[in-house]
Amino acid sequence: MRLSGLQKEVLSLYRQCLRACRKKPEATRPHFQTFARTEFEKSLKLDKRDFGAIEFLLRKGRRQLEMYASPGVKDIRK
Amino acid sequence: MAALRSTSSVLLGAAASRPALRFAAGAASVAARRGMAQLADGATHNTTASGENANLKTFQIYRWNPDQPSEKPKMQAYTLDLNKTGPMVLDALIRIKNEIDPTLTFRRSCREGICGSCAMNINGTNTLACLCRIPAEDKAEMKIYPLPHTYVVKDLVPDLTQFYKQYKSIKPYLQRDTPSPDGKEYRQTKADRKKLDGLYECILCACCSTSCPSYWWNSEEYLGPAILLQSYRWLVDSRDEKTLQRQDALNNSMSLYRCHTILNCTRTCPKGLNPGLAIQQIKKQMAF
Repeated sequence: MRLSGLQKEVLSLYRQCLRACRKKPEATRPHFQTFARTEFEKSLKLDKRDFGAIEFLLRKGRRQLEMYASPGVKDIRK
Repeated sequence: MAALRSTSSVLLGAAASRPALRFAAGAASVAARRGMAQLADGATHNTTASGENANLKTFQIYRWNPDQPSEKPKMQAYTLDLNKTGPMVLDALIRIKNEIDPTLTFRRSCREGICGSCAMNINGTNTLACLCRIPAEDKAEMKIYPLPHTYVVKDLVPDLTQFYKQYKSIKPYLQRDTPSPDGKEYRQTKADRKKLDGLYECILCACCSTSCPSYWWNSEEYLGPAILLQSYRWLVDSRDEKTLQRQDALNNSMSLYRCHTILNCTRTCPKGLNPGLAIQQIKKQMAF
């Protein structure tokens, strides 16, 4: 399947999230992984042509990733 | 009314029941008429109060909720009586938030033009809501938007992350290796101190940077008027010893030289500073 630039950006953000999870302590790693997945699943229903919304969510996701990737964050709960 | 009729009939006795009744009915209708008149009076009084004395003003405010990202941003109108509102736009916004719509979101803190939180685009001009008077005699609607060309966090709240990152990049602090000669404070002559006037007052509200077309198109690399003003504040500081390194950091085609002297920055600055002049001074300093 040919992916659009925006779709590639979303996938790359997801991979960055999963990579950031690997730097977390092993005991809490699944928490980070499920958190990342649920954050992405929240906007599954979005129309793929709704560029404004997708770009906003990408920016928001990058901000969240930057925050949660800092080594001070040891665990994540909802 | 029935109670009134029965008491009057009791008072006047049962002997002359018919006229008493008639009188009672008459009294009742008078009372009713008077009551009606009073009600109508009250009503007209109220309408005159809100019709002649009320000074209504409509505010069109930009709304966007990040929790529904697929919904488009929209303008929402709020009407306020200016007689019950403070003189500044920020007072109106606070009143709308307190009394009409608590979901309206904006930054505010000091309400006297010192913190720079309430910077927004009011009637097409970037300014601080706390320093912007509501034009009372002008009946036209006021339009309030967030700062232009910024990502919106919610409603009137702009995302200034990039702005603060750029501020951090110019190292806005005293850099010095040699200790002061007498081991006390780093002293300045009065003339050197005077050079900082018109620079240190900047509150970093981002009004000037977001009004600059050059900054709109190159905000990734061009530093923008506010940051360059701060840059100049450290370049002219007689106590700072890293002037050459600071100049070196600015010496590329993007950071400083994207300023084309449009001077929107000077025109919009709510504190009356002159970022345009500061940028020209940096250019002069770098040229000679």
